[in-house]
Formats: sequence, C-alpha cells, structure tokens
Amino acid sequence: MLTILFDGVAYGMLLFVLACGLSVTLGLMNFINLAHGAFAMAGGYCTVILVNRFGVPFALGLPLAFLVTALLGGLFERTLYVHVYARSHLDQVLFTIGLVFMSVAAVDYTMGSSQQFVQIPDALQGQINVAGIGMGKYRLLIIAVCGLLTIALQLILTKTRFGSRLRAAVDDQRVARGLGINVGAVFGITFAFGSGLAGLGGALGAEILGLDPTFPLKYMIYFLIVVTVGGTSSITGPFLASILLGIGDVAGKYYVPKLGAFVIYAIMIVVLIWRPQGLFARSTAR
Amino acid sequence: MTDTVLTDQVSAYLKRRARWSPLEIAFWVFAFATIWLFPGKYLILKDTAILALFALSLDLILGYAGIISLGQAAFFGSAGYFAGLVAKYGVITEPILALIAAGFVAAALGFVTSFLVLRGSDLTRLMVTLGVALMLGEVANRYSNITGGADGLQGVDIEPILGRFRFDLYGHNGYVYCLIVLFICFVIARRVVYSPFGLSLRSVKGNPLRASAIGIPVKWRMVAIYTFSAGIAGIAGALLTQTTAFCSLDVFSLDRSADLLLVLIIGGTGYLYGGLIGAVIYKFLQDWVANLTPQYWQFWIGLVLVTIVLIGRDRMQGWIASARATIENLGARMVARPAKLAAPDGK
Repeated sequence: MLTILFDGVAYGMLLFVLACGLSVTLGLMNFINLAHGAFAMAGGYCTVILVNRFGVPFALGLPLAFLVTALLGGLFERTLYVHVYARSHLDQVLFTIGLVFMSVAAVDYTMGSSQQFVQIPDALQGQINVAGIGMGKYRLLIIAVCGLLTIALQLILTKTRFGSRLRAAVDDQRVARGLGINVGAVFGITFAFGSGLAGLGGALGAEILGLDPTFPLKYMIYFLIVVTVGGTSSITGPFLASILLGIGDVAGKYYVPKLGAFVIYAIMIVVLIWRPQGLFARSTAR
Repeated sequence: MTDTVLTDQVSAYLKRRARWSPLEIAFWVFAFATIWLFPGKYLILKDTAILALFALSLDLILGYAGIISLGQAAFFGSAGYFAGLVAKYGVITEPILALIAAGFVAAALGFVTSFLVLRGSDLTRLMVTLGVALMLGEVANRYSNITGGADGLQGVDIEPILGRFRFDLYGHNGYVYCLIVLFICFVIARRVVYSPFGLSLRSVKGNPLRASAIGIPVKWRMVAIYTFSAGIAGIAGALLTQTTAFCSLDVFSLDRSADLLLVLIIGGTGYLYGGLIGAVIYKFLQDWVANLTPQYWQFWIGLVLVTIVLIGRDRMQGWIASARATIENLGARMVARPAKLAAPDGK
C-alpha cells in the first residue's frame, strides 16, 4: 500500500518535471503545444546515446540532456514556433501534431523502433527498506531530484526579477509589454527552459516510463491532463495535479489492471466538466 | 409589407446558394465514373470514400460550428463495433439496416457527449473529445471477450446487400455501396448546411454572443450539429466494418482523429467538398509515400502539416478559391451562359 503511494509520488514528480514547461507555455502564450513530449523524448534519447554509446557517467548525462534539449527547444522556438503564436488554436494543434509525427518517424528511422534502456549505475539499483516500506533507490533519486527542482522553480518564480516578469506576462501580456517587459524574450527563455526540463524528465523517466519512438504520442495525453487539471496560473496547481495523477495511475494499474487508463480519463473528464479552468485555478477566469 | 419582401429575398438568397453548380455535378459524375475507370483500384477507392465520409462529419462541426475535436474516432469506432457485433450475432443481418442503426447509435452517443463538449474553451474541448475516444478504446479493450480486444473482432460475416449484392473479394460491390452511401449522406449534409439552420450555425461560429442576441439558441444548435456529425461519423465507421468484415481497437486511436484533421486541412474547411477532396489527395499521397518509404510515411505527413500551417491556411484557401472561381467561370462560358454565377462560398 505505502509502496504504491511511494511509486505514485515518484511517478507524479516525474510527470510534473515533464509537464511544467507545457503549463507555462500554455498559460503565457495561450499556445497549445502538443509536441512537448517530443522534447522529452529528445532528452531521453540524448541520455541513451551519451551514456550507453559514449560511456558518459549517468550523473553527467542528466544535465547534458537538459542542456541539449533546452538548446533544441530554443532553436525551434525562434525558428518555427514564433510564427504560430498568433494563429488560431486549430492551427497550433495541427502544427504541433505535425511536429510530433515527424519526431516519431525521425527517431524511428535513426534509432530503431525498439525500446531503449539507459544503463543506470549499480549504486542506484535495488531497494532499501525504511520502516517496512520497500523503496527503489532509483525512484528515491527521482523524488529527490524532482523535489529539488520544484523548490528551485518556485523560488525562481517568486523571488527573482525574471520570475516576476514572467508572472506579470502570464497575468496580462499587454500590460506587461506596456511596462517595458520584453515578453518575446521572456517567453523564448521560458520555452527553452521548459523544454530542457522536459528533456531532463525524459532522461530520468526512461527507466520508468519506457522510451520508444511513440513516446510523445503515448504521454501527450498525460501532460495535457496535468496542465488542464492543474490550471496554468501557478506551478503548484500542475504540481498537485501531477502527484494526484501519478498516484491515481499507479494505484489504478495495481488494483484494477484491466481497466487501465479508463479511470484516469474518466476523472479528467469529470474534473473538466466540473471546473473547466482547472482544479486549482484561481476563480477569476481569463 | 416589407416583411414579406424580406422573407422573399431571404428565401431567394437561400435557394440561389443551394443551387447545384456545374462543377459540383461534374465532381459527382466523375466520382461515379471511377467505378468503371479504375477497376483495379477498388480497395483504395473504397478506403477513400469512407475517409471522405468521415472527414465530411468533422467538417460539419469544425468548419460550420467551429468545434475543434480530436475525438471524432469515438463515434467512428463505436458504430464500427456496433455494426460488427450485430452482424456477428445475427441481430440485424441486412447491411443497410445495420448501417442506419449504427448511425443512430453513434448519433445517440454524440447527443450524450455533446453536453460535455460544449463547455469550456478550445483546449477543454480538445481534451474532452480526446478523452471520450480514449475511454471508449479502453472499454473495448476491457471487454475483450465481446470485442476481441487487441486481436480485433473476428468472425464477422456480412450478408449480401438487399440480399443480392455480395461483398466480393475485389471490393467492387463494396466500393459502389460506399460511394452511394457517401453520396446520400453528402446530399443530406448539403441540405442541412444550406438550410436556414446551416446559416444560423455560421453565425454561431462567427460570434456566439451576437448570435444569441438575435435569438438563436446557440447551445441547441451546437448540440444538434454535433449529434448529426456523430451520426455521419458512425455511418463511416460502420461502412469500414462492413466492407472489411473486421474491426479492431485501432478505430479509436488518436492517429485516426489526427489524420482526419489533416485530411480536412488539405481539402479546406467550411465547404463540404473540403473533406472529399482532402480524402482523395490524402489517400493517394499516403499510397504514394508509403510505396517509397513504407515505414516512415508519418514523417512526410507531419511535414505536410507543418508546412501547411506555416504557409497559412487562409492563403491556401485563397488560392483554392481563386482557382475554383477560374474553373467555374470557364465552365460557365463553355456552357455558353452569361457568367453571373454567385461568388464561391469558400471563405
């Protein structure tokens, strides 16, 4: 029971790191980015190549995955995404789904369609027992890393100058622009950072979520659930939503394996009907 | 006094709009001529016809009511399974009756889910439609003793149409059947779209607030068109099951709904032919690319999508509209009539 809770929290934390970039892009630019999972996949494959093929230590592979994906995200943002911000939601959906298809086929072509595994150092394998609860060391690492990241993100968002600019831009883009905040630049940096986080999440999660070319399609719905259920106005909303989703999904798969994801989708629909703006959104609708 | 003049004007306008243009007639003559023109290609033609019908259903809600949906496969799939199951257990053996019943089942499902979909913003709608399709897929997977689960529904035996026309191996009868169903559904959809009801839908799409201010029941219009569209999608799904005598979980997949959006985008939204033309182009593109690189055709599909969006759909529809106008003018001149055709409806 507690082991399920533990696994669920680890899973949820992972989902949060994967999806928080998406929540910012959606909140800031009102941009529906279905291709977010593609960046996560890029991070995962980057780690696989670095660690397995070039023998880079795992601890170094993770930050590198972050960097590479962040660069990639920044590049895509400047060259392609910029043109689509002002378009209708339909265009955005089409555009990003197109990107997903391309990334899936491209990875399939270069890396093959089989599932990839990252070689994890021996020290991180196995379980430790604390008060009768079996906890995987690797999952413990995930919780630690993601927990630290969440705290860091919260601090950046609330305490730094950049954070306040970002929040101002999310709250009211036009006024923020009028006050001299370069919303485009803020957004570009945030997008790159969010993509980097997704990449890091993909690298960390390769072991738990599985990494194959259909990754972006398979987890797209999960990211979107986190964002729509959590709301886009803060990072605590998506954080709580992803923890809930993680626990719910692990528990659901454990107790009612045959119903699989049904429970998750059902809960999502109920929540969206009940609170279209998200479970933890502020009551003032935008 | 002025009221009657206005009513007359409006009805004259509606009639003028609804008139079949020569180009449309030519389109359908050619569509039926394919039965004799391409005898070896029935299977792909049949798939195209089904896809066209499916795309038509999406166009009704996307192009005319402005609802973005990633879950049209929900209706396609459930009606497909319905048609397969009634045929397998011999509940309704006549294919045409089964088809109509499947359409009603899908429409009922559309009616029920429409209340979920009509709330919230674009993103919420996207998520709810997608969620409904995925849920149905999970249900079909769960009750694999009925649906066959991942192996698909097997042992479906479809009786001959009207007791006479058997679904043959070459797909000749199957194609003719699909084409006729497509035509009938198209005519109905065309009638709906060109009616005052269709006009009110356009106003709802343009500005829901103003539409409700002039007395259009926005919510019920949306419910009605969503239900209707679900019914059409269901008929398409049932056609697929009947002509292939098979149904698998893949009918609920996200790829299917996403491809459908692509079809519609290629053809253009908001005029009924968009779905049909898009389906033809898409199928032949897919066939051609799949021959070149069987495994990676998804890449090229993605590339097409990205390019279309970057170029801009409005611009491309502008090209299509001007091309249409040119052709229609030409056609009108060839029929030796004064070229006073109404401007094309494509926005």
